[in-house]
Amino acid sequence: MSIKKFAVAVYDDEAVLFPAVKKVRGAGYKIHDVFTPFAVHGLDEALGEKESDLHIAGFIYGITGTCTALGFMGWIFTTDWPQNFGGKPNFPLPAFIPITFELTVLFAAVGMVLTFCYLNQIMPGVKKHIFDPRQTDDKFVMVIEVNDQNASETEAFLKATGAEATNIQVAESDWWFGRFDKKEDYEIQQQLA
Amino acid sequence: MLNQEFKVPAKLKTTSFALLGIGIVTLLAGLVFLLMKGDQMAQNRFWAVLLQNSIFFLLISLASVFILSATSLAQAGWIVSFRRIPESIGSIVWVLAIIVGVILMTIVWTNNTHIYSWLDPSYNPKNSLNGLKNFFLSKNFFTFWTILTLSLWGWFGVKLRELSVKQDSEPKGSTKVYWLNFNFSAGFIFVFALTLASTIPWLWIMSIDSHWFSTMFSWYTFASSFVSGMSMIMLWVLYLKRQGYLEIVSTEHVHDIGKFMFAFSIFWTYLWFSQFMLIWYANIPEETVYFQIRMHGPYRIFYWLNIILNFVAPILILMPRPNKRNYFVVTLVAIIILVGHWIDFYQMVMPTTVGENWHIGWFEIGIVCGFIGLILFLVSNKLTKAPLVPQNHPFLKETVIHIS
Repeated sequence: MSIKKFAVAVYDDEAVLFPAVKKVRGAGYKIHDVFTPFAVHGLDEALGEKESDLHIAGFIYGITGTCTALGFMGWIFTTDWPQNFGGKPNFPLPAFIPITFELTVLFAAVGMVLTFCYLNQIMPGVKKHIFDPRQTDDKFVMVIEVNDQNASETEAFLKATGAEATNIQVAESDWWFGRFDKKEDYEIQQQLA
Repeated sequence: MLNQEFKVPAKLKTTSFALLGIGIVTLLAGLVFLLMKGDQMAQNRFWAVLLQNSIFFLLISLASVFILSATSLAQAGWIVSFRRIPESIGSIVWVLAIIVGVILMTIVWTNNTHIYSWLDPSYNPKNSLNGLKNFFLSKNFFTFWTILTLSLWGWFGVKLRELSVKQDSEPKGSTKVYWLNFNFSAGFIFVFALTLASTIPWLWIMSIDSHWFSTMFSWYTFASSFVSGMSMIMLWVLYLKRQGYLEIVSTEHVHDIGKFMFAFSIFWTYLWFSQFMLIWYANIPEETVYFQIRMHGPYRIFYWLNIILNFVAPILILMPRPNKRNYFVVTLVAIIILVGHWIDFYQMVMPTTVGENWHIGWFEIGIVCGFIGLILFLVSNKLTKAPLVPQNHPFLKETVIHIS
């Protein structure tokens, strides 16, 4: 929970956004986040983001699913309740493969969705500050964290990179539960303090 | 950068001629020492090896025509950067088609070959589809369908290449040839579905043991040939990049071919297992005979090699993203896949033709060398005929900035 000051730039097109990202990073500013209406290929590289570890998590979930399926079926049909199905062995591996496969996919899929939500802080009820109402609609929004000294200078720099609108916002940088009127809460806090 | 002319390196030329020479010498030696010997098993070995290798190398080359058509229909941009390689491989399909045609026609129309069991005069299928199956497995239908298929494949391969080269001399921004290519691709997919994806593997390979049948067989053969075809394209791309050509092909494109090799290895396993499990579970003697000799008989080693080389190795090695972008690792896996699927075709053909007298000896290796030499020679020669980067292709910019 931390209230911070941000310089916000709204762009009209990804063709403007890309050079802007390069210029901003080249000038040494640290980009807080970029919001786009669609997945822009190559933006992660341009932002210098490191590769996600999500797929390693996916592999671990998948292996867990494989082991669960084989272990559970193996235990049932060899130890707990052995039965004879058409003269097949008690541990008929080929017959277990489809279920093992399905459980691998299920564990990997559900696990990865939950991990994805956790990493991106997405959940029903979780709210985040919206810098621009059109940020995931048809505008590309770049947000840079600033302090009181360099705010106006950063804003001017962003304006020069081709942004169609810029502003300075004071906002919650983390997520919170509940309502969207965090800004009013902040003002009330300020008045109380 | 955009109009590189390929010159065949002297080393590649020598290698291809040497391999081709080994192949021809082996073929002649095989004629003398196997076919003329009067020994039934030696003759069967001669025909079975020729059948298996010619079909295998024809189908993996045909996979190039398929990937070209499929990506043209999907309007994919990524393949355009190295499009000339599948085109060149596709445009030599007619040579391999002639070889397959000659071998198949000789096997079917010569009296003493014991490859296809339905050629045996005493053959009489005892099932409700008697008439239809007798028609399907008759010399006349076999000849008609084989020749029609081979000519269509060869013609489409040459045509797609011709159209792509024609695009080079079109005015800039013209999409006339592009749409023509789109239509021909749709035509090829139709032909492909009726031939390779259904009837042809039944006719050429499955009918070796005409009592046994599986509806999965053609799909399984298709998956096998397609994943090997993608591996062959990968090897050509990396070879040309190593020689300093194809600068616009980046790690992103290599990653995409790597994804195809990874995904279709799993697809192959899926089809292989679907065929295996139904037969294993139903346990009907007339079906299990196919796996009896492969799982528990003399072909046990190929059965396990098949699973290890074609499923376990690609899935484990290619799963991490950095491995699909590492040129050494993908080269290694491409070779593993090609060897693995050669073994897959080997164990499709051999058990019912030469039985327990299988060899992987001078004849098999020599014939493989011959086909590799032939493909190296023809494809490298074809690559010199046009610029390595398709000029004026509508997706050229898209392919240069492609990110996988």
